[in-house]
Amino acid sequence: MKKPFDQHADYQPATFKFKSKKKVEDILSRYPSGKERSAIMPLLDLAQRQVADEGAKAKKPYGGWIPRAAMDEIATIVGQPPIKVYEVATFYSMYNLAPVGKYLVQLCTTTPCWLCGSAQVVEAVEKFLKIHVGETTKDGLFTLVEVECLGACVNAPMIQVNDDYYEDLTAESVVQLLKDLKDGKKVSVGSQTGRKGSMALSGPTTLEDQAKKSGVA
Amino acid sequence: MLNDQDRIFTNLYGWEPFNLKDAKKRGDWDKTASLIKKGREWIIDEMKKSGLRGRGGAGFPTGLKWSFMPDHTKTGKPHYLVINADESEPGTCKDRDIMRNDPHKLLEGALLAGFAMGAHAAYIYIRGEFFNESSALVQAINEAYDAGLLGKNAAKSGWDFDIYLHRGAGAYICGEETALLNSLEGRKGQPRNKPPFPAMAGLYSCPTTVNNVETIAVTPTILRRGGDWFAGLGRDEKNTGTKLFCISGHVNNPCNVEEVMGIPLKELIEKHAGGVRGGWDNLKAIIPGGSSTPLLPKDICDTVLMDFDSLREAQSGLGTAGVIVMDQSTDVVYAIARLSYFYMHESCGQCTPCREGTGWLYRVMQRMVKGNATVDEIDMLLDVSKEIEGHTICAHGDASAWPIQGLIRHFRPEMEARILEYRKAAA
Repeated sequence: MKKPFDQHADYQPATFKFKSKKKVEDILSRYPSGKERSAIMPLLDLAQRQVADEGAKAKKPYGGWIPRAAMDEIATIVGQPPIKVYEVATFYSMYNLAPVGKYLVQLCTTTPCWLCGSAQVVEAVEKFLKIHVGETTKDGLFTLVEVECLGACVNAPMIQVNDDYYEDLTAESVVQLLKDLKDGKKVSVGSQTGRKGSMALSGPTTLEDQAKKSGVA
Repeated sequence: MLNDQDRIFTNLYGWEPFNLKDAKKRGDWDKTASLIKKGREWIIDEMKKSGLRGRGGAGFPTGLKWSFMPDHTKTGKPHYLVINADESEPGTCKDRDIMRNDPHKLLEGALLAGFAMGAHAAYIYIRGEFFNESSALVQAINEAYDAGLLGKNAAKSGWDFDIYLHRGAGAYICGEETALLNSLEGRKGQPRNKPPFPAMAGLYSCPTTVNNVETIAVTPTILRRGGDWFAGLGRDEKNTGTKLFCISGHVNNPCNVEEVMGIPLKELIEKHAGGVRGGWDNLKAIIPGGSSTPLLPKDICDTVLMDFDSLREAQSGLGTAGVIVMDQSTDVVYAIARLSYFYMHESCGQCTPCREGTGWLYRVMQRMVKGNATVDEIDMLLDVSKEIEGHTICAHGDASAWPIQGLIRHFRPEMEARILEYRKAAA
């Protein structure tokens, strides 16, 4: 579990302002006038990304999270009492309500991933990072969380790190992936076995003529 | 077995770029205006003729659903099309492929469906974790606007149409249509009571239809090739067309594939997924349609067909067609207990039977995994699952009960043996 919402915690900054007025206006323009409340979710996401941008440049890096002050700012923008923003922020699992590591490592362990070895992946990750699920490494780089099905089941087991999916993992390849992230090396998003999307690893079973034309098989 | 020329999703695996230029080469956005000029009755009639049933899991006839929308010239309110891209059912990953590799099929389908229901705006509600997929969609939407295919006089059809993207934030329950609408309105994703149905009072209390991504994405091809073509594929007149299947778990080559509705489960797995690990005889059980559908033991899997009605006769369901395969090495009790944890975690907390019941089910299932229970507790588990089923606002309660009911139906001897073993060891 990530840390729950504590609006009086000492890490809460006193104020928050959105850096880009244009981005806020873009979001508001997607919804009919009078329905600004719909913008709460995208604005929470925008706030989290802004914090993540700052965190990436900080001396001790951190990842995206949503301070209480940001929720209050959003409430003002959409013309709702703050509680309406708090209740949304606390309902959805993707909003981090307390500081997290620069890389939020989300381990999928739901049945399809479990069948394909997610337990070994979790074990390898915990051993490599020397932390348990729910904890953050001392250098502030990694936070581990267990999540429910991320919807890439034919590429199981998989994890999500920040915005990106890493699929078809093994205990070895996941550790290599985390090493590369730690060292700031470039990593390839998606399948770690070089599979094309959700196609069978052995090659296409349909549209074989087209596969040849596209140079896949 | 589906012929290649009858496939709708020809770029399912992303062999070619998803952009507009390549999408047009694959036949998307081809004379869309001429389809619209045939009128909304024609579109709805063709959809009814095609026999298309909603691809999100419930299998409600799509043409009929669209026909429930009131006449937009008389309601005096804006109409909305909402596309459910909150794909989160364990075992399912088909909409993701459509959005990242063939997004223009979805956008063109949205225009056609939106026109048919009198909607000038569509919202695509995509699950928040699909960040890269939403980026692909945004790019496709922008391309379509630049090419005049969306916006004022979309695709020169005379119909104004806008598409907006709304990202969720990690709540399975937002795949339930009314929870999705609440979420889209900026509230907690908790399902609403029905009636009123969304066609009367949906998004912002306006007439709304919520459709799955796959349902909307197959629409342009159905209209172009005719409802009769689609209805000619499949097992019978109630189970028509093509379907995206996701085959995961203990198979040699897990994959997504488009196949004909009603394909035998065994053929699907052997032909496309390289067979069960260790051969078909090594099979223990299969969850045929995403986590909510009850699992099937091998003897049923030998012969069952993959369509709505065949699977219902086998006391399961097609659901989202997420096929989860488990071989003999699987601890099937744990596999279902893990799903119970999932339903507990994702319960929105609104209805007592679900909020309390899913946690209770998980706690008892944890004991069943060890065998630390009594045999009559299996009956109690079944009994309580039936008290949850049908007593909640939405189907989440039902979905939490079904996997356990399936387990008890088919694997009761294994559960009992485990209990006896545990007691023997303890004594």
